[in-house]
Amino acid sequence: MTAALELDRLSVHFYNGRHDIAAVREASLSIAAGTSFGLFGPSGCGKSTVLRVVAGIELGWSGQVAAFGTPYRAGQKPQGRLRRDVQMVFQDPYASLHPRHSIRRTLEEPLIVNGIADARRVAAEALAAVGLPPDIAPRTPNALSGGQRQRVAIARALLLKPRLLLLDEPTSALDMSVQAEILNLLMDLKAAYGMTLLLVSHDRDVIAHVCDSAARMRAGLIEAILDRPALAAV
Amino acid sequence: MAEPLIEVDGLTVRFPTADGGWSTVVDGVRFAAGYERLAIVGESGSGKSLTARAILGLVPAPGQVTAERLHLAGRDLRNLTPSAWERVRGAEIGLVLQDPRFALNPLHRVGRQVEEALVLHTSLGRAERRERALDMLDAVGLERPRDVYHLFPGQLSGGMGQRVMIAAMLVARPKLLIADEPTSALDENLRRQILQLIADLAERHHMGLILISHDLQQVADFADEVIVMFRGRIVDRRGARDLAHSSNPYTAMLWNCRPSAATYGTRLPTLAAAEREALDDRGA
Repeated sequence: MTAALELDRLSVHFYNGRHDIAAVREASLSIAAGTSFGLFGPSGCGKSTVLRVVAGIELGWSGQVAAFGTPYRAGQKPQGRLRRDVQMVFQDPYASLHPRHSIRRTLEEPLIVNGIADARRVAAEALAAVGLPPDIAPRTPNALSGGQRQRVAIARALLLKPRLLLLDEPTSALDMSVQAEILNLLMDLKAAYGMTLLLVSHDRDVIAHVCDSAARMRAGLIEAILDRPALAAV
Repeated sequence: MAEPLIEVDGLTVRFPTADGGWSTVVDGVRFAAGYERLAIVGESGSGKSLTARAILGLVPAPGQVTAERLHLAGRDLRNLTPSAWERVRGAEIGLVLQDPRFALNPLHRVGRQVEEALVLHTSLGRAERRERALDMLDAVGLERPRDVYHLFPGQLSGGMGQRVMIAAMLVARPKLLIADEPTSALDENLRRQILQLIADLAERHHMGLILISHDLQQVADFADEVIVMFRGRIVDRRGARDLAHSSNPYTAMLWNCRPSAATYGTRLPTLAAAEREALDDRGA
């Protein structure tokens, strides 16, 4: 069976004008389709950079990256199916939604761009899938709570029926009770859509709750891969 | 029982809305506390921080504060003039905030900031002030207080900065210390240390302590009594030891909704819509 994601000696270097900084150093891992994988470690360990490469945001990398057997090309944005198969939810729902666009517009735009018919109905279904009432569609994000905004961001990521969902600290800006609701929602959606999850978090408890296995990173290196018993032992 | 240190009744804080109405963010809060350690716990929008701000006269304009009773050590805090508030803050009530990076003046050395309350509220001379400040820096667990005294806030780590802020707040020996999320900006391993320090100092200096937090499990270890707020109202109040078995659905949910390895593969408890509505209607 093809892995959902395979990284082989992935390296990312940044140049700050004086020094070369190795943000990710020869990271290799494989994520089985349909599982939840976690990446955790302290600030600056490179976990979010790995996610940004897989999302096609960070293009300056070396090594090999493939999702569902389709290779990425360094320096190029992902093409074709990859653009739909891989979607991302960001940490801060205040920053990741356009403040002047209605929720409806935010959700319909990716459908229209991808030539999907019946955008209004599909967008309405996406709202229902994340547990939001239809009457928030005409509102802008500032009229929503933090939890509601994160639900909108999740709805948007699900519109194109991704097979790999990337989650960058999806609950760390939220209250504890809202975090519980969003984590429940993500696990329900993963089961319903048969998705693979790649979750980045600094919170080991969140990783241990969600993930079937995880990688611990430090200073750009993958230090250890933890299976379920190892995650439970911490 | 002697007169409580702090007595609050009917405390209401509201802000004008764009359509000309009022949005009530603290709604009829009532509690009294002596020298025990009281925690006020709630999530965003629960009104916990504004309750503390109201006790300090720090609700920003155009917010409006009303109360049937707002007493500190028998003194009515309602309708104080700005200069009377300045004599209360620092001398009678100290406030420790979340993030020392914003609460300390980056341009002044530690020593000057710790001594400021003594300059404002006592007639101590320069040498005595310095001695009290050094004692306080030592009491909050800073190594080599004489060196720290001369540092600027930018030269301190987060944990050191928080200790300096605590020293600055305690140096004038207030009767009541309010700590508003004092550890939220700190690393996990520092949080317990700082909370323990605050709790110990409050006991040693015979101060009342109000700990404001979003983290129910954490404050349970450092408080005697816990008030739980939800959307501006007190919905639960009980001894810290009883929190794990609270019959209140919101408290029970807050207590149990934290994810961990033990909750893998299970749904986390959340409030059902009906419970949420019932809390909204009722308050306590």
